[in-house]
Amino acid sequence: MKVLLSGDEAVAAAAFDVGVTLGTGYPGTPSTEILEYFEQLGGRAQWAPNEKVALEVGVGVAYAGCRAIVTMKHVGLNVAADPLFTAAYTPVDGALIVISADDPGMASSQNEQDNRRYAVAAGIPMVEPSNSQEAYDFLLQAVEISERWRIPVLYRMTTRVCHAKTLVQRVKLPVTAGQRLGKYEKNAFERSMIPAHARPAHRRLRDKLKQIAAWNESCSLNKLVPGSSELGIITSGVSYQHVREAAPEASILKLGLTYPLPVELLRSFAAGVKRCIVVEEGDPYLVEGARTAGAVVEGKLEQYRFGELNVNRVRRILARDATPEPAPAPGKPPALCPGCGHRTAFTALRNLKAIVAGDIGCYALGVLPPFEAIDASLCMGAAFGVGLGLRHSLPPEQARRVVAVLGDSTFMHSGLTGLAEMIYNPPSTGFVVVILDNGITAMTGFQEHPGTGRCLDHTKTNRIVIEDVVRAMGVKNVYVLDHTADPERFEALVGESMEKSELTVIVARRTCLLATRLINKWEKCELQ
Amino acid sequence: MSEYKITNIVVAGLGGQGVLTASDIVAEVAATAGLDVKKSELHGMSQRGGSVSSDIRFGTEVFSPMVPEGEAQFLVATSVDQVSVNTSVLSPSGVVIDPTSLKDAKLRNPKSINIALLGVLSRHLDFSEEAWLAAIRNNLSESLQEANVAAFLLGRSV
Repeated sequence: MKVLLSGDEAVAAAAFDVGVTLGTGYPGTPSTEILEYFEQLGGRAQWAPNEKVALEVGVGVAYAGCRAIVTMKHVGLNVAADPLFTAAYTPVDGALIVISADDPGMASSQNEQDNRRYAVAAGIPMVEPSNSQEAYDFLLQAVEISERWRIPVLYRMTTRVCHAKTLVQRVKLPVTAGQRLGKYEKNAFERSMIPAHARPAHRRLRDKLKQIAAWNESCSLNKLVPGSSELGIITSGVSYQHVREAAPEASILKLGLTYPLPVELLRSFAAGVKRCIVVEEGDPYLVEGARTAGAVVEGKLEQYRFGELNVNRVRRILARDATPEPAPAPGKPPALCPGCGHRTAFTALRNLKAIVAGDIGCYALGVLPPFEAIDASLCMGAAFGVGLGLRHSLPPEQARRVVAVLGDSTFMHSGLTGLAEMIYNPPSTGFVVVILDNGITAMTGFQEHPGTGRCLDHTKTNRIVIEDVVRAMGVKNVYVLDHTADPERFEALVGESMEKSELTVIVARRTCLLATRLINKWEKCELQ
Repeated sequence: MSEYKITNIVVAGLGGQGVLTASDIVAEVAATAGLDVKKSELHGMSQRGGSVSSDIRFGTEVFSPMVPEGEAQFLVATSVDQVSVNTSVLSPSGVVIDPTSLKDAKLRNPKSINIALLGVLSRHLDFSEEAWLAAIRNNLSESLQEANVAAFLLGRSV
């Protein structure tokens, strides 16, 4: 029977059906639901402190001969890039699928980087589904590719694939290898990447990619939709769906395995039509690849590089319409919830005229009126580094006003190394850090993290206590308070700390209002 | 205009008004009827009290998950001020369904506005009342079902 599933749910279902041993990742829109649904189905899923750790855990699972999925949003792959590039060199025994959920149009992100570039840069095959059925089917094939060539596969999705619900038919698979216990086989020559081992490993990687490219010429992940010889369109992912509607008459080459590209297929398709145009969201990735392959193709105008595509924009691309596009009607922008503890914190910081190095989370909304209390927000954990750099460089009277603000989940994700930097290279004016601890990863929809003391499935585990870590690492001035209980005291404390030439960390602890009921429920379940 | 026979519905409102629940129900009703269905919206940042909209499309075969501008037959808005934000999706003959569509009918619980408007919408679509009620029950916790079934029937009777 067909069921309506989001792309995220479909991937999770496929991972479950194909016997994935472990799913790990860090929450990030639009990827978060994959692991949550995988866990609901009965799969073993874990939140890692960050994407780098998640990928490393996934690599270990795959080295042990079991199957792993590792999920993250596009910017998460930046964090996981270090293990990714070298994991490409080392053979996996079980499938390792790295799922990157890109966010063209930035519905909920700080940039719209196009992670297809990572497949090229790291040298790993890339699979791109265009709807939930493909999200399901292609994952099964990605597992085959990963195990056949013993290589990690980049599974690239986008917001409209992750969050659109479309009909899915699941298949009945036999109980598979992934559900067995792992088996260790020593293979240090291929897995311990000292230079002497890595040099031949790089050559092996390039050989694999050559083989996969040849296989891709006739691979079932790619699809030809016959049509007019006047217009041919090369596309992939959700753009394909818009293309089918915008140009029902066109011949279409839809690629599912988008790295390494099938060069012969691209060339022959382009040669078979009078006008061949590449329709893709984001960077000119496919068009550059097709041209490198020797295909004569048109690309989209630069204005369509920005934002996500839709049927109307594809029509404009095909018409080479360079006129300005109508601006969408302004809706009501998101805001910090009424009663949110972050409101208290930003009111105080605004009153103190602090220069705030912010971070990534709900509290990034502190940049908007009525607070306008944030001066910069870059990436996870950046509040520490950016704030310290400002302190090192500004005249003392300004430097004293610099305060770093980040959340509890962000602190666990990549605040710990920033904290080490602060202690190791303290600015002469000291530094003030406010950790807004609302007890949950709120922005992405209430996910657990190492500071909550509960696992992904909300059962109890070891809890990392933020203030204990901060003290243990050597910060003397550590304060823990509910800033909403006494906003004046909080403001005074931040103000006094700004005047000292010392390192201060203030943990402002107030549970997210929207999460309180959920957290109480999870804690109660545990008691029974 | 698209040459495919597709019904396009946009449900719009503010975060917390049940826009996504309403669109889940419409999608389920269409899927149960054996149609191809796609439903799409943005999650995350857009839900912090800001404008939210969800696109539902169904027919014999649906491609894009997003309703193209100017092609929605129905705009269901749980908040009157979200109509103008979304009118560009409506086709020239498109129908707006918003709280004013309920006229004088009084809701027992104003939170059921999303489901009451589905009742109004249901009059325009060729699905059985049983199918709607089943989908409403499938998508709401038991404690909310009675009030929402009542809200649906109220909207349907306007």
